[in-house]
Amino acid sequence: MNRYIPHTPDDVSRLLAAIGAKSVEDLFASVPAPLRLARELDVPAPLDETALLKQLGALAGPAPRVCFGGGGAYWHYIPAAIDHLLRRSEIYTAYTPYQPEIAQGTLQTIFEFQTMIARLLAMEVANASMYDGATAVAEAALMAARLTKKNKFVVSAGLHPQYLATLRTYTKWTGAVLTPAPLAADGRTDIALLAELVDGETAGVIVQSPNYLGALEDTRRVGEIVKGKPARFIHAFTEPLAFGAIVPPGEAGAHIAAGEGQSLGIPLSFGGPGLGLFAVTQKDMRAMPGRLVGETVDAEGKRAFCLTLSTREQHIRREKATSNICTNHGLMATAATMYMALIGREGLRRVAELNRTKAEYLKSKLAACGEVLPAPTFNEFGWTPKRPAARVLAALADAGIFGGVALAGFAPIVDNAILTCVTEMVTREEIDRYVEIVRSV
Amino acid sequence: MSKSYGPCDVPGARGIALCEPTLFERSTPGRMGCSLPESGSGFRVPGSGDPQSALPPELRRTSPAGWPELSEVEVVRHFVRLSQYNYGVDSGLYPLGSCTMKYNPKLGEDAARLPGFGGAHPAAPHAGLLRLIGELSRDLAEIAGMDAVTCQPAAGAHGELTGMLLVRAYHEARGDNRTTVLIPDTAHGTNPASAAICNYQVRAIASGPDGILTPEAVAAAMDESVAAIMITNPNTLGLFETHIEQIAKIVHDKGALLYMDGANLNALLGVARPGDFGVDLLHFNLHKTFATPHGGGGPGSGPVGVKKHLAPFLPAPLVVADGAGWRLDEDRPQSIGRVRSWFGNVGMLVRAWTFIRELGPAGLRQASEMAVLNANYLRARLQDLYAVAYDRPCMHEIVFSDKNLPNGVTTMELAKRLIDYGFHPPTVYFPLVVHGAIMVEPTESFEPEALEGFIAAMRAIYAEAADNPDLVKHAPHNSFVKKVDEVAAARKPRLTADM
Repeated sequence: MNRYIPHTPDDVSRLLAAIGAKSVEDLFASVPAPLRLARELDVPAPLDETALLKQLGALAGPAPRVCFGGGGAYWHYIPAAIDHLLRRSEIYTAYTPYQPEIAQGTLQTIFEFQTMIARLLAMEVANASMYDGATAVAEAALMAARLTKKNKFVVSAGLHPQYLATLRTYTKWTGAVLTPAPLAADGRTDIALLAELVDGETAGVIVQSPNYLGALEDTRRVGEIVKGKPARFIHAFTEPLAFGAIVPPGEAGAHIAAGEGQSLGIPLSFGGPGLGLFAVTQKDMRAMPGRLVGETVDAEGKRAFCLTLSTREQHIRREKATSNICTNHGLMATAATMYMALIGREGLRRVAELNRTKAEYLKSKLAACGEVLPAPTFNEFGWTPKRPAARVLAALADAGIFGGVALAGFAPIVDNAILTCVTEMVTREEIDRYVEIVRSV
Repeated sequence: MSKSYGPCDVPGARGIALCEPTLFERSTPGRMGCSLPESGSGFRVPGSGDPQSALPPELRRTSPAGWPELSEVEVVRHFVRLSQYNYGVDSGLYPLGSCTMKYNPKLGEDAARLPGFGGAHPAAPHAGLLRLIGELSRDLAEIAGMDAVTCQPAAGAHGELTGMLLVRAYHEARGDNRTTVLIPDTAHGTNPASAAICNYQVRAIASGPDGILTPEAVAAAMDESVAAIMITNPNTLGLFETHIEQIAKIVHDKGALLYMDGANLNALLGVARPGDFGVDLLHFNLHKTFATPHGGGGPGSGPVGVKKHLAPFLPAPLVVADGAGWRLDEDRPQSIGRVRSWFGNVGMLVRAWTFIRELGPAGLRQASEMAVLNANYLRARLQDLYAVAYDRPCMHEIVFSDKNLPNGVTTMELAKRLIDYGFHPPTVYFPLVVHGAIMVEPTESFEPEALEGFIAAMRAIYAEAADNPDLVKHAPHNSFVKKVDEVAAARKPRLTADM
């Protein structure tokens, strides 16, 4: 017997008798005998809790080192209260709130999530979450194609390469044409060139800011270029905390904001589960993918929340749905809601300031050790060391420091660049040590 | 106190059933719920300008983000109170059909939170996690009788999309431009929606009089334009597709592929393997079959398993065996590409790995056996009052109909009344082929005493429907909020709080 399966042999006999079956095997009579597995599954033998924890400990390895890695996954402060709250099993063992009368906790949380995400992105409506930033951007492109009935996209070369790959996968059979808008030498999208690529047949213009090299795009100009055309401006992002300081998608005139929310209180966890964020204007709301929670009242007139506008969704519209998404990333959205509540208005300003200040400090120090991208940045930046990047990163790793993401082959910095990220988690001593090691290579 | 919280103005005045204000209503200027390092002047660099200098004006945010201002103590009480309005698997029987709401082991929660896992940056090498993903892929392949598995997809529907992309890539590589996917009328709504994203036409096939597909119906619908058939087995009526092997042959003879939606795999662990009955590819739902929590609506995890002939098309990167260890295979020229960032919902993969390791081969089989036993017990004890859609033994779930309920009491009213008895309602009005469907999936995680409570409630509600139908029709009565007006919510959507 196993601790997760309560049935004793007596229980089994009693239940079988009530059913009128002689054996458990009889219950599987509808599975034709030749299709039944005549042996045990060849999976490892069971382990007890203690042995299992030892194996898990060995696989997990030590707690992580000092992390200067960004590139779509960020090492940020997570207030201790979040995990204590997330472990309330009424929260994490529930499912999609189809029965609002016993799911008000989940529903009110998602309503608060939608509100705070909309405010962070300066958009009118946010959904209940997508899987991650990459799929959110891909779904944004599909949505823009549906709305405009056009299929040409202008895609900034500063889009995260994994997002671009996912976008290609999602649009491969839809007839979409993706035209790259190249980066200028400073690491930002060449806006003049981008403007020439956008015309009346464009379904969407996809620009990420901060972009994959960390550069802050002039998104207000992108908004102006798209204005008055049928095309939707899809503002992609990997680092939502940047919007504590820099122009958010809505202020830049974006129609769709789509990106990653992992920075909002969610552990790195080797890249997943993250949190896809997706927000639109009121006008396009009904073409949006994903779940939405709305405020309403109960039979006694008391405020209540429920899933709404579900006629867009697959369980009603089937092949005509706005997306096939069903389960999204509810628990990650819950963690983000807790994060945004704890960090608050002042905390967001300070986190943004800390990230930018610390990154600027490291940038100024590294100017003597290589070439730093000249574009304005938030908390990460591409730079080319004087020494081979692989050797620099290896020397940092030897000192217990994850020094950043190797940018081999990513234009305009080629072959020997590093993407380094500095968050509020890193101390001045750790930054100075970083510089010292880079100098010593 | 100047704030108004609406109908119950004084927090704490109505026990645990009071209204919890929103975060925005609770917000008070000047409060703070986090502890951040000081920035200070330590980061100024002499001679290179002030790093705190403002951004160029065109890059600045003009209005604050409008997050609320609360202390930690308020935030904690807020979410604890909200959690008390929820019902989870740990609260009691949660027989949501096709969702497999089984117990979520606490060990898995601890495992995923080990600092070496939780703190791992995905761009930094991690041999332990590659091994874990590799071993999980290998074990899932064995469980389903497949040859290779990708753990990238984030949920079941994402796995389906990946599967349809694989089908498309397979046929295209053979120069075969097929246009249609066959889907039974009992299929999940995600199936047609996933096929549509791959630009496939969807053609429905009706299940036969026994609630299962007949080889004749499949043969009649098959032609050279069909790329694949998407089958859920056991199907959404909880019935095993007995003719599956013959159906597979018909499908394969026309050059098409057999896709299986693995939503209901909890009936088959160690009992039968899809790969042995002709399935070419399938997706797993780790949040159903392999006990990872449902999280109030995800994250899930939807790995996809394939037979050899589809393996070259799997998403890149793929974790593959490399001598004694595991590595990421990025060089996959025929791959459909990435379906997301990084490698998958790793936190869920850790939990599923832990579950499989604790159960072992006998435990996995026992899970399916007890899930099927529980479902058949509910069928046996309720079928005299609640009409079963198809009079034959079921697998892991049983679908009742509302057609015998007295006084026109409907499935939805029954569902709401079950809340008063302390149970989460079953899945309702699905599958569409059953009138007022009541789809009950008890899973293996509930002991007979819990089932007895559910049976007693179902029988009591039937009696109420006969004697006092108004009591049922206006349920729920004991929940924190009464019947929620979903029509009003859709008529005038209010999706964010006011500033």
